[in-house]
Amino acid sequence: MEPASISGEQWAARVSGEALDLAQCMQFVEDPGAGAISTFSGVTRNSFKGKAVVKLEYECYTDMALKKLKARAQDVCEECCQKHAIIRLAVAHRVGEVWVGQPSVLIAASSAHRLEAIQACHWVIDALKATVPIWKKEFFEDGSIWKENAECQLLGNSSEGLA
Amino acid sequence: MAVKILFFARSRELAGVSETSVAVQAADTTESLLSHLLEQFPALKELDGRFVFSLNHEYLERGSVVPLKAGDEVAIIPPISGG
Repeated sequence: MEPASISGEQWAARVSGEALDLAQCMQFVEDPGAGAISTFSGVTRNSFKGKAVVKLEYECYTDMALKKLKARAQDVCEECCQKHAIIRLAVAHRVGEVWVGQPSVLIAASSAHRLEAIQACHWVIDALKATVPIWKKEFFEDGSIWKENAECQLLGNSSEGLA
Repeated sequence: MAVKILFFARSRELAGVSETSVAVQAADTTESLLSHLLEQFPALKELDGRFVFSLNHEYLERGSVVPLKAGDEVAIIPPISGG
């Protein structure tokens, strides 16, 4: 797919069929007022419950995903602003095939002091998994399966097999 | 008047298409749309209700009945798995 992105003064979100670039995310969050840059990379693991994983394949509801990523980024910036902490935030998600060892999601956050940047990465990946309409299919040597995030609460309570 | 329907992940595979258009009457809702879709794409029954609709890029509560109007964009959202 063609890369699609949305950004504000302090944040940027992107979904793309191309390989993700951590340096680019870090560059976006660089700020003279920052004393810390924290990053998170989600990468394809070679196994799931002992079974060899070959690749993941992601698909995305692009318009809605960017809307949700924007909302999550604004939540983080607003909360940091209330604490008088500067923050810049970049998040990128890949779609299509992602092979073992490659990143499917990158987050970079900068803040005056380290705590907010570290917390922002943690919070954004959890919120992304819970609310952004992106799906992954896990491919084994002998089949494939659509994954479901434990964080996804869209069907109501988690006792319905989502946990 | 028509509503645009998008299918993702397993719902896309079951429907065999990623997008369709459904004509709706003034009284139509997400509930009547679902009946129509299950008739048009019987394989969607295999989802066993494990999805929600989104309407114009916002999630709807599972099983909620919401009126539809021309130009709406509805998507079938199976459990998400980004990240």
